[in-house]
Amino acid sequence: MADILASGTPAPDFTLPVTPDQRLSLRELRGRPVILAFYPADWSPVCGDQLALYNEVLSDFKSHGAELLGISVDGVWCHAAFTKDHHLHFPLLADFEPKAEVAIKYRAYRAAEGVCERALFVIDKNGVIAWSYCSPVGINPGADGILQALENLPK
Amino acid sequence: MATLKVPVSESDHVQGSAHAIVTLVEYGDYECPHCGHAYSIIKLVQKHFGTRLRFVFRNFPLTEVHPNAETAAESAEFAGVNGRFWEMHDGIFENQDSLGIPLLLELAEQLELSAPELRGALETQQFEPRVREDFRGGVRSGVNGTPTFYINGHRHDGPFEVEDLVAAIERGIERRDEG
Repeated sequence: MADILASGTPAPDFTLPVTPDQRLSLRELRGRPVILAFYPADWSPVCGDQLALYNEVLSDFKSHGAELLGISVDGVWCHAAFTKDHHLHFPLLADFEPKAEVAIKYRAYRAAEGVCERALFVIDKNGVIAWSYCSPVGINPGADGILQALENLPK
Repeated sequence: MATLKVPVSESDHVQGSAHAIVTLVEYGDYECPHCGHAYSIIKLVQKHFGTRLRFVFRNFPLTEVHPNAETAAESAEFAGVNGRFWEMHDGIFENQDSLGIPLLLELAEQLELSAPELRGALETQQFEPRVREDFRGGVRSGVNGTPTFYINGHRHDGPFEVEDLVAAIERGIERRDEG
């Protein structure tokens, strides 16, 4: 598993497409916690489960004021179809061109397979990584680690 | 390793004795095909272990992908307060292919429960807090999909065919003997 960026590290900023005509920058979310969920691919069964789970837990994430962003190397149209099919209520960012530029910055890229790790980051309101976790790629890490990290953030 | 954060209590739906040496907890979704598959497996596993096993079912509906999962869970809870949880639970899984409000009302009638009362409870989402409480506890325990099983409080990762669960439960019994 990759040696992903650890807690205490300033979260590298990025700007990525979130829909075919919209882009989102991490710095726009400064002032509240951000959950970054890198995952290997849209449509693969485990990812589906993981993102479907986060979709259901979204209200609990929001109660901490946190914003959830999914990131994979899939393109915007793929994300759009996946979002629609799974009724996802949070943005999926396309780390598509230049491929995996953001995943590489977070050291969450599996170069051999050309996909992201299954890596989670909780970034505090000041833009510093408060918690990170890299799951074995075939195992859905669940949401308990994220919720614990959000609870541990200084108020 | 993920462990069960909400201990089995009197508010749970339990089959088997509190003195059983192994407790199997399932977090499940009535519309999830894998849970439907697990349903018949659990029956066989219960038969295999007999009184040594206690089985607990908790709700974990993935409502955005399974539009009928929440109403099914609430219907089972409705049956539960009328003392018919397991009959409703079994009825739903045995008719999973035709899951929907008509089936839930029909099952209620078969169990001599009031279909209008059930309809009212679903409309007012009377049992939503109970279902959500199960769900939240599951999330905190590391439930990462459905079904997720816990054997004596330890999450069972991997396949859940009869032989897998039997072997995992046997290991659970051994751990207990060592402890």
